[in-house]
Amino acid sequence: MTAIQENLAHVVDDHADHHHEHPSWLAHHFDDAEQQYDSGKLGMWLFLVTEVLFFSGMFCAYALYRNRNPEVFEFCSSFLNEKLGAINTGVLLFSSLTMAWAVRAAQLRQHQLLVGMLGATLGCAAIFLGVKAVEYSHKWELGLLPGKLYVAQLDGAHGPHKGYLEFICTVPAIVTALCALYAIYAFATKSLFHQRVAGPMLVAGLCFFGGVGLGQYLEAQEEASKGHGGHAGSHEHHAMVDGHVDHGSHEHAAAPDSVHAAETKTAAEIAASAASAMGGSPNVYVSPTELKTPNADVNQRSMAGLFFSIYYCMTGVHAIHIIGGMIVITWLIVKAAREEFHEQYFGPVDNVGLYWHLVDFIWIYLFPLLYLIT
Amino acid sequence: MSVVDRPITAPVHSEVESYPEHHFLNHSSGFLSWALTLDHKRIGLMYLVGVMSSFALGGMFALMIRIHLWNFKDGWLSNQTYNQVFTLHGAIMVFLFIIPSVPAALGNFLLPVMLGTKDVAFPRLNLSSFYLWVTGLILFLTALSVTGLDTGWTFYTPYSIETQQGGAVLAATFGVFVLGFSSIFTGLNFIVTINTMRPPGMTWFRMPLFLWAIYATSIIQVLATPVLGITVLLLSAERLLGIGIFDPKLNGDPVTFQHFFWFYSHPAVYIMILPAMGIISELMSVHCHKGIFGYRMIAYSSIAIALFGFLVWGHHMFTSGMADVTTIVFSALTFTVSIPSAIKVFNWLGTMYQGTVSLNTPMLYALAFIFLFTIGGLTGLPLGALSTDMHFHDTYFVVAHFHYVMMGGTLVAFLGGVFHWWPKMTGRMFNDKLGIVSAIIVFVGFNLTFLPQFVLGSRGMPRRYATYLPEFQPLHQLSTIGSITLGSGLLLALIVLLMSLVNGKKAPRNPWGGATLEWMCSSPPPHDNFSSAPTVGDPYDFSNIEYDGRVGGYVKRP
Amino acid sequence: MSFFLADQVAPYAWFPEGASSFAPQVDFLFTVILWICIVFFVPIVIAMGYFMWVYRERPGYRGSPEALHNTAIEITWTVVPTIVVVWVFWEGAMGYLDMARIPKGTVDVNVTAKKWQWAFKYENGGEHDVIPVENSSVKELPLLVLPVDRDIKMIMRSDDVLHSFYIPAFRAKRDVVPGRYNYMWFHTTKEGLYDLFCTEYCGDNHSQMNAKVKVVSQEEYKKALDKAIQEPEDPLARGQLLYKRQGCSTCHNAGAEGASGPGPSYNGSWGKPVQLESGAEVAFDENYVRESILNPQAKARKGYGKASPMNSYAGKLKDDQIDALITFIKSLENANSATKK
Repeated sequence: MTAIQENLAHVVDDHADHHHEHPSWLAHHFDDAEQQYDSGKLGMWLFLVTEVLFFSGMFCAYALYRNRNPEVFEFCSSFLNEKLGAINTGVLLFSSLTMAWAVRAAQLRQHQLLVGMLGATLGCAAIFLGVKAVEYSHKWELGLLPGKLYVAQLDGAHGPHKGYLEFICTVPAIVTALCALYAIYAFATKSLFHQRVAGPMLVAGLCFFGGVGLGQYLEAQEEASKGHGGHAGSHEHHAMVDGHVDHGSHEHAAAPDSVHAAETKTAAEIAASAASAMGGSPNVYVSPTELKTPNADVNQRSMAGLFFSIYYCMTGVHAIHIIGGMIVITWLIVKAAREEFHEQYFGPVDNVGLYWHLVDFIWIYLFPLLYLIT
Repeated sequence: MSVVDRPITAPVHSEVESYPEHHFLNHSSGFLSWALTLDHKRIGLMYLVGVMSSFALGGMFALMIRIHLWNFKDGWLSNQTYNQVFTLHGAIMVFLFIIPSVPAALGNFLLPVMLGTKDVAFPRLNLSSFYLWVTGLILFLTALSVTGLDTGWTFYTPYSIETQQGGAVLAATFGVFVLGFSSIFTGLNFIVTINTMRPPGMTWFRMPLFLWAIYATSIIQVLATPVLGITVLLLSAERLLGIGIFDPKLNGDPVTFQHFFWFYSHPAVYIMILPAMGIISELMSVHCHKGIFGYRMIAYSSIAIALFGFLVWGHHMFTSGMADVTTIVFSALTFTVSIPSAIKVFNWLGTMYQGTVSLNTPMLYALAFIFLFTIGGLTGLPLGALSTDMHFHDTYFVVAHFHYVMMGGTLVAFLGGVFHWWPKMTGRMFNDKLGIVSAIIVFVGFNLTFLPQFVLGSRGMPRRYATYLPEFQPLHQLSTIGSITLGSGLLLALIVLLMSLVNGKKAPRNPWGGATLEWMCSSPPPHDNFSSAPTVGDPYDFSNIEYDGRVGGYVKRP
Repeated sequence: MSFFLADQVAPYAWFPEGASSFAPQVDFLFTVILWICIVFFVPIVIAMGYFMWVYRERPGYRGSPEALHNTAIEITWTVVPTIVVVWVFWEGAMGYLDMARIPKGTVDVNVTAKKWQWAFKYENGGEHDVIPVENSSVKELPLLVLPVDRDIKMIMRSDDVLHSFYIPAFRAKRDVVPGRYNYMWFHTTKEGLYDLFCTEYCGDNHSQMNAKVKVVSQEEYKKALDKAIQEPEDPLARGQLLYKRQGCSTCHNAGAEGASGPGPSYNGSWGKPVQLESGAEVAFDENYVRESILNPQAKARKGYGKASPMNSYAGKLKDDQIDALITFIKSLENANSATKK
């Protein structure tokens, strides 16, 4: 709609002369900057409420099933690498700081700093996703998949499928390559605007691979420590020694020699019969003897699978929120590069900041619930 | 798309006014001017067309069900088809029609005008809500055409995990997810608009009761819908990956699904009925030309219903084997909702007392609402009481009960509201006599359809049955006759409305004598509603509003 | 109007004839609620009609817009319904507690729901019969026989999806949920043939998932039970039937049937040496089987002693029944133990 049309409409409705200054950043239906800011802020808070409720469904599911099978959750959370989780927690906390700083910079018209801070936030998000990619691909290789896809082989060796990490990295690699091309273009044309946008994007793309490298290094360290009898992965090591029982036919499995092992086998059988009584196919492996008894029957689809369903749902939906956040932060970088923000108009930065803090906050709950509590 | 060449005409604020030369309908033209509009009135009208089409589709399925049930066996549909038809009837009516009907269609049109603002707080979000709704519609139509959805609108697990119609379940659950976000964004928009954009003088207790109802509804939309979102998302993951959270075969729990589902879907019942109650409050006062009786009680009861509505979802699961204490607590909480509803009914009657009752089409729909909603509400008592519910649960008694509330309540109020605000929305008057006839046919047909179902249910006829015992046949046939009557009444109502567009008289600014702000701007309203903040008075002060034969409508005596 | 309809089209009014101890209580509460509804509804409609007429818009009449608020009347119409619903809630909850608290000494029936069939199993292991039906889309329905004037407990589970067990004449209903047992009980009061419906939507033939319940005198019930467990003459067939009826199949796998645990499989066991919990070895023969049925813990097989204590069948099985079971187990001598489901 052109300005003329808008003016005409006003004249037609009502004679009142109503043409006080209406700057471009103020939407036509708002009276003043304060009203616009308040509306945006309230809207964002309400949206955050819906986000919290959205996640609360999964937290409820977590609480319900944890309450029902605490031993499954204890057993399964030992597969999660706390070091990677802790690093991601730190990265996200730091990104919250840079985001808050960005809001300050927007209010003070420090455009260069604003772009920098938004870029830093974007980079942290990328590191987070890189580490997450390593975690996911490692679990997929072990067959630690959700629900009925769960096919864990706890013999320490990786399963037949490899290369999940490369698969996950394809899209980020393409995006990073495009960012690099864009950066080349920006520096070639010497456009400050394009440089301000392309720089942070390229850095973020590279950060993702930094995160992947970091994750792989730590994961490899973890594996190495397993080999030397480190506690975290010891169950996998022992499982390899015991070998695993064939699908279903427990009588014919090599009879373990100790009474303790015999009990384990019986428990496994009960679990198998329970599984088959429920209609699911029994998929039982002898599990670590060191872990306390109930663990014997938890490494099966109908038990551990559920934990990993909840794990993937919660962290997956959280990761989608991170990606969504990255997209809006990129949009903010574009606006910031155009120097649109000032002390009267910084609502978008403020609101995205609120969203980012919430995403961070949810991770702060996810990390202990999934990785730490035993 | 330009209006630059049009002459600037005389101001519209004169006493004897005519049909406005420029208004939101002819403000700009062309397909894109509608498809990309940010004007809440146009978005509201697009919603109106959309929800009415969905209603027509859902209604066709309803008639198919009733015709199938004419005989106790060997109806014209196979069992599978019947199951798909009742599923689509339920899903379309709930997700595509009732939930968006009043808030998204009428609410969108009226909220800013009644409030005295130019638009809702986030016009772009508003448009995207509409397109999310359209996406949901497309997904539902996909579910319908690719394969038939046969899970019932509740998607109970593990049936929805096991059914062969996997593609349809995925399409429909994703559709519900998208529609949920459409609903959330609409609610969010309305809450923000009411909170931050009220013009000077529009205090909370000067807001029309329709806005109170919409506000309460929006709270529910924002707080309950995300849980539905995650539930259907988990259900999709269940179908795609077999995550097992709701699948007993993988140690999941189907009753947990029911808890999740009803945590949304019970409050959703209040998303449906609260705005309808808001419409009735407006209609009763305007057509009785008298202030609403017990304004504050009605306003508070809307909020009370919204809040209590969150605590009663368990009453859909009384027979599912919940712990006894849980069951009893849910029963007790269920009864708390009945009180604010009863208060409203009494207040509407109080509004009629010593009023000046105009018996026109909207008012007849409003009166029909009170009659039908009272039956719907009262028959909730034996369903809320535990021992009787053990008998009535999942029978036709429940079917009749919720149709009295949802259809006798929401649909009838929606129709009343559409007739009431039709002159404002389109600038045309409809044929009132034919409108009255439609209201009477709808009323008679409705009761004929659903009263027999109470008897069927109390005698033990279970719901969702494609075949039934021969002794139930006479009542089923009565119900089928009623449904055809009802359908023709609704068709007549539609014809009356459409005819008005062709040959309707031009509507005056205030055809009914309302005192709320929407009657202060022209019919149809101008593009920006109010170019300067309007003067806000008591929305129910009718003392100086009088009929003026020269304009064919009411004017405010200076 | 509904009263009138009800009276015209069937010999009974609102409810089907009650046949359980819940019926009087539910019917009473419903009748009271119905009258409460009438007491509220009729005045509302009369007031509405009266106001419509008296205050209708007409030339020369103008209502007075003063009556907008009246604290006394508003409090009245808040408090009175509140008292009423509190009473209704209380009555309903008390009635529900009766339904939920299962008494001791019940006649137990195992109910298995699956798409789209009810299966009933009596206490003695006997299974349900069928009854032909007319005027229906199915030819015959499962028949559940119950004794009159007894407390009956239903132990219900589902093999696939949600179902719901509903007998209108008993005013009793309970969902059948896969993955867990749900219980319900009722006290039968009247002999007769009643309908049983599935009331939770379960797919294509949901509306055909019905059954008949026949409440009979206690003597007839005994006869029905005996008939339900009548055994064939052929020892092998008899052993196979007993294997299922006596619940052996819930723990022991045999052929392709039965659960794969927690008890050892019968397949391929006959004649082979058995490793015992004590470390000794015995032959798997007639004596071993008989002893294991009557005193299961005496020679428990290695790995099965503690984890799954089997109850003794001494006194539950006659000698010739044990012989039949032995014949059955013997027949599985060469069955492949790997052929489990």
